[in-house]
Amino acid sequence: MKNRTFLQRIIGAPYIFWAAVFIVVPLIIVVYYSFTDAAGSFTLDNMKNLSDYGQIFRDSILYSIAATAISLILAYPFAYVMSRKREKTQQIMMVLVMLPMWMSLLILTYSWMNILERQGIVNTFLSKIGLSPMTLIGTPGAVIFGMVYNYIPYMILPIYSVMSKIEPSVLEAAEDLGSGSASKLYRVILPLSMPGVVSGITMVFVPSVSTFYISQKLGDGKILLVGDIIERQIQGNYNYNSGAALSFVLMVLIILSLALMKLFAGEGDDSLYV
Amino acid sequence: MLNHEKNIIELKNITVRFDGETILDDLNLTIRDGEFVTLLGSSGCGKTTTLRIIAGFLEPDEGEVFFDSKNMNGVPAHKREVNTIFQRYALFPHYNVFDNVAYGLKVRHVPKDEIRERVMEMLRLVNLEGFAKRSVAKLSGGQQQRVAIARALVLKPKVLLLDEPLSALDAKLRKDMQVELRNIQQATGITFIFVTHDQEEALSMSDTVVVMNEGKIQQIGSPEDIYNEPQNAFVADFIGESNILDGVMKEDFKASFSGHTFQCVDKGFTPGEAVDIVVRPEDVDIVKPENGMLRGTVTSVTFLGVHYEIIVDIGGFKWMIQTTDYAGVGDTVGLSIDPDAIHVMKKSKYSGLYGDYSTFSDEMEEMNQMSEELAEEYAEELAAQRAEEEEEEKDDASGGSAEEGAGT
Amino acid sequence: MKKTIGNIFVGLLYLILYLPLLVMVVFSFNAGSSTSVFKGLSFKWYVELFTNSTDVGVPVRNTLILAVISAVIATVIGTAAAVYIYYVRSKLWKNTLNTVTNIPMMNPDIVTGVSLMLLFVFVGRLVGAVNSLNFFTLLIAHITFNIPYVILNVLPKLNQTDPHLAEAAQDLGSTPTESFFRVVLPAIMPGVTSGFMMAFTLSLDDFIISYYTTGTDFQTLPLYIFNMVKKPVKPHIYALYSIIFLLVLAVLLFTNISGMKDKKEKK
Repeated sequence: MKNRTFLQRIIGAPYIFWAAVFIVVPLIIVVYYSFTDAAGSFTLDNMKNLSDYGQIFRDSILYSIAATAISLILAYPFAYVMSRKREKTQQIMMVLVMLPMWMSLLILTYSWMNILERQGIVNTFLSKIGLSPMTLIGTPGAVIFGMVYNYIPYMILPIYSVMSKIEPSVLEAAEDLGSGSASKLYRVILPLSMPGVVSGITMVFVPSVSTFYISQKLGDGKILLVGDIIERQIQGNYNYNSGAALSFVLMVLIILSLALMKLFAGEGDDSLYV
Repeated sequence: MLNHEKNIIELKNITVRFDGETILDDLNLTIRDGEFVTLLGSSGCGKTTTLRIIAGFLEPDEGEVFFDSKNMNGVPAHKREVNTIFQRYALFPHYNVFDNVAYGLKVRHVPKDEIRERVMEMLRLVNLEGFAKRSVAKLSGGQQQRVAIARALVLKPKVLLLDEPLSALDAKLRKDMQVELRNIQQATGITFIFVTHDQEEALSMSDTVVVMNEGKIQQIGSPEDIYNEPQNAFVADFIGESNILDGVMKEDFKASFSGHTFQCVDKGFTPGEAVDIVVRPEDVDIVKPENGMLRGTVTSVTFLGVHYEIIVDIGGFKWMIQTTDYAGVGDTVGLSIDPDAIHVMKKSKYSGLYGDYSTFSDEMEEMNQMSEELAEEYAEELAAQRAEEEEEEKDDASGGSAEEGAGT
Repeated sequence: MKKTIGNIFVGLLYLILYLPLLVMVVFSFNAGSSTSVFKGLSFKWYVELFTNSTDVGVPVRNTLILAVISAVIATVIGTAAAVYIYYVRSKLWKNTLNTVTNIPMMNPDIVTGVSLMLLFVFVGRLVGAVNSLNFFTLLIAHITFNIPYVILNVLPKLNQTDPHLAEAAQDLGSTPTESFFRVVLPAIMPGVTSGFMMAFTLSLDDFIISYYTTGTDFQTLPLYIFNMVKKPVKPHIYALYSIIFLLVLAVLLFTNISGMKDKKEKK
C-alpha cells in the first residue's frame, strides 16, 4: 500500500533537519566536550574531577526528592478536591493554578525573597509584634520551599487531568461492591491516577534537580546545587569541558532515576501534560 | 441512456498487501453501468479496500483498474470521475451545508450562479432546502447523511461509492434511507457500489451482491441466487440461517445425509461425491416421528413472535428449524424436507466450519463447556449459602422466642 | 465536614500560590524604592515605566520580538512536523521521531541550554568567529524548545479529526495539497493556535536556556531581571509584571468565556 503523497513526505523535512542539528547533535557535542580538554584531545580528567562535587550532587538529589515528595503530598488531595467540583468550578480552579505559571517564575522567586529575607516582610512583621527575626533565607528549607512553589502546578495538572477522567460509574461500582471511601481511594482512585502521579513526579523532579536560580536567590548563595556549579563553570570560569561533563552526568542521573521510578510505578504515561 | 451491457469498472487480478498480510488476493470484479452493486462481508474481508482502490485512495500492489476500458492505475483520486460517501460522512466541519455541497463545484471553478443553482437543486432532492446556511455540526445523523449524498451527487459522478453509509443510523432511519438510496439510484441511473456487513441490507437494496471473505470473492449474483444457491458453506452461513451437513451425492437428484437418502433437484455431480448440503431452517417441516424422514429430540425452543426457533438433535448434529408449530423440549419429532428445499454444494475449504446450531457463534462454542461446569458449581455454592443463612435465621428466631419466653 | 477541610486546604494552597503575586502588586505601588518596606501609596513606578526613565524598554522589546519570531517559525515547522508524524507508517521511525521530540521537553532546561551553547561555540570556533553567541543563536534555541510543544498541541487534534476528511476533499476534486489547506488545516486550527500561544508564552518566560545561548548584545526581560541580582530589584519591575499579570488575566478570562460560549452553542 503506497499512497502517501509527495506533500506528506516532504512536509517533515524541515523538522527532521532541525531535530537532527539542534536536538541530537548538541547532545553528541556535550559528550564530546565531556571527554576532551580545552585543546580538544581526549581526556578522562573532566569525569575524574566530578568526584569533588559528590556532596553537591547528593544535596541536589536529596532536596529535589524532598521537594517532589512535598509537592505530591500537597498536590494529590488538591487535585482530588478539584476533580470533585462542578465542571465550571473545575475550570476556574484550573486557570487559577496555571496563572502563576504564565508569570515569570523568576519574578515570583524574587517576591519570595522579599517576603522571607532578613529585612523582609515576615521579619519586619515579627519585629513589629515584638518577636525576634528568624533566618528563613539561605536554608535548605527555603530552597526546597522554592522548588515546591515553582513546580507544584506541574504536579497538580497531570494528576488532576487523570482524576477528572475517572468515570463516576467506576466509583459507583466500587461503592456498589462494598468499598468505603478509604478503600475506594486506595483500591480504585490511587491505581487509576498513577499515570498522572508518575508524570507529575517527573515534571517536578527534573527542573528541581537542575535549578540554579532558586538556590541562588532563596539559598542566598550558601547552598550549591548541580545547576549552580554548571553555571559557575560555564558562565564564570568558561570551563566548557567541565560544564559539559557535569551536564552529561546530570542527564544520565535523571534518565536513571526516571527509569528507576518507572520500574517501581509500572508503566507510566510518557506524554507530558501541560 | 443506460447501457447495462457496458462494463463501467473492471478490476483485474488486484492484490493488496499490508505489513506482510494479504488484504486482497487476486481479485477480479466487473461492474456494469447503472447497477446497484453491494460488496458484502464481515470486517477485514477486503470490501472497503476494494472500494478505496476504485476511489483512488489506494494503489494496488498488483493488478489493473479500468474505468470505461481505460486503465486508471496511477490516476489520483481527485482526477477520477467517482465520488464517495464516507462511513462517518466526513463533512467539512468549518463549512455550512451549502458550502459543503458546493465544495466540488468550487474546486472545478464552476461559475457562481451555476453553483448556486445546482446546489439548491441538490438540497431540494435530498429534502434539505431550508438548511443551506446551517452548520453541519448542528444536523442530525440522517441530515448529515443527506448532505454527504448531495455533496457527492452534485458533481454528477458516473459511479457513487458508499462505504457503510448507514451504519451510524438507528434502525428505523436506516430502513428509510435504504429506500431513499435505492430510489435515488433508480432515478439517476448512477452506478452505486455499496459496502456493507449487513446481509439484510445487501439483499434488499442491490441488483448484484458480491460476497467477500479473506480478500477473495466468494460469490457474485443476484440476491435471490445468493440466498437460494449459495456456492459454498461460507456464503450459506453468512447469508441467512442454514443447516449445513456433510452428504454424499448418490446419483443425479439423490442426496444422502443424516443417514437418509433424499430426493433433490441438483445434478451434475460424480456419483458418490462428498458434498455439503444446505437446508434453510424455514424449509423444514415438523411432523409426527413415524412420518418423518429424520427423527430427533428437541433440545431448545425459543419463541420469536413470527415463529418458534426449535433446535433438534439428530445423531449429535443440531438442526435449527423455524416453524409455527410448537414442540416441547425433550419431545421426539420427525423432520420432513421437500426436494427443492435441499441445496447441494461442492466441498470447499469452509466445509465443516459452519452450519451446526450447538452455538450461534464460534466464540461461544469455545467458552461453553467450561462455563457449564462452573455454573453448576456456582449454583450449588449459592444454594448451600442460602441454606446456611436460613438455618441461622431459624436459630435467631428460636433464640429470640426463648428469651421472650424467659422474660414473661 | 470532610468537604470543609478540603476547601480550607485548597484555599490555603491558593493563598501561598498567590502570596508573591500579591506582594508584587502591592509593592509596585510603593512610594519608596524598596521591595520589602512599604512607604505609602504611589504610582511613580508606573509613571517611570512609561516615561522611559528606566532601561527596561529595550529588554521588553527584545523579548516580544524574540517571542513572536520564534513562535511563528516554531508553529510553521511544528505543524508541518505533526502532519508528517501523523502520516508516518513505519512504527520504528514514528517512535524515533516521538522520542527525539520528547528530548527538549524531558531534558532539564539547563542541559538543553548548555548543549546548544556548546554546539554554537563549537561551530563558532570551526568558522573562526569571535563571538559565537548572538540574537540568531538565541532565536534557534527558542525555536528548538518551542517546536515540541507545537507538535504536542497539533498531533492530538489531527488524531481527533476524521481521517477521511482529506480524502473527501480529494474525492471531490481537490489535489492533496489543496485539500490540506482547505480542509485539514482549518480542522486542526485550534491546535495550531494553542501551540502558537504556548510557544509564545514559553519564549516570553524562558530564562535558563536564554541565559546560555544569547550574546551580550541581546538581552531579554528574564535575563535583565536575573542580572539585577547585584543591585536590588526596583519596584518598577513589579509594576511591569503587575501589568503583565493583568494582561494574562484578561487573556485567560477572555479565552475561557469564549470557550464556555462555544460549548453552550454546541449544546
